[in-house]
Amino acid sequence: MSALLAAAIVVTLGLYSLAMTLAVVRLLRGPQAQDRVLALDFLYINAMLIMLVLGIRFSSGMYFVAALLIALFGFVGSAALAKFLLRGELIE
Amino acid sequence: MNVAVPLWIQGVVALLLLGGGVLALTGAIGLLRYGDFFRRMHPPALATTLSAACVTLASSIHFSALEQPFALYPLLINALLAITTPVTTVLLARAALARGRDASADVPPPLAANEPPSGRRAAVASRQR
Repeated sequence: MSALLAAAIVVTLGLYSLAMTLAVVRLLRGPQAQDRVLALDFLYINAMLIMLVLGIRFSSGMYFVAALLIALFGFVGSAALAKFLLRGELIE
Repeated sequence: MNVAVPLWIQGVVALLLLGGGVLALTGAIGLLRYGDFFRRMHPPALATTLSAACVTLASSIHFSALEQPFALYPLLINALLAITTPVTTVLLARAALARGRDASADVPPPLAANEPPSGRRAAVASRQR
C-alpha cells in the first residue's frame, strides 16, 4: 500500500462521508415521506460502497461479504418502505 | 500480505476510487438541492450506477493484482444493483404518484381510464369491498 493509494482512500472515504451527511440532511428535512425513503436508499448504497473501499484499504475479502449483505438487506428495506407508502400496509 | 502491487495499478485504483467518491458527492448534492421529488429521484442513480461501477472495478483490479487469479467477484455487486435498484425506484415512483393523487397534488393523471387505481385510498376501498 503506497502513500498514494492510502491518501486516495482517505479522500474517497471523506467524499462518501460528505455525501452521506448531505443525504442525512435530506432525510431530516425531506418534506414528504418518499423523500426520506429516497435518502435512506441513497444512504445504504453509500454505506455499501464505503465497505468496498475499506476492503481495498485492508486488503480483506470479508468487507465484500459485508457489502453484499448491506446491498441485499437495503433492497429489502427500501422495497418494503416503498410498498408501505404505496398501499398503507405490507402484507394484504 | 507482502505481495507488492505495482505502482501504476495502485494509481489506476486510486483514480477510480476518487472518481467514485466525486460522483457519489455529486449525487448527494443533487439529492439535496433539487426542488421536486420526481427530480430528486434522478441524482442518486449516479451513485448506484457509475460510482458503484468505479468502486467495484477498482476493487476487482486491486484484488486481481494482489492474488493470482482474476478476482471478478466484486462485479457481482454491479449485477445485484442492476437488478434491485430499478425495482425500488419504480415502486417509490408509483408510491409518490399515488400519494400525490390521494392528496390531489399536481401530478400526472392516469394514462387510461380503465387503469386499476392504486394508492392508500384505493387499497382501503378494495379491502372494504
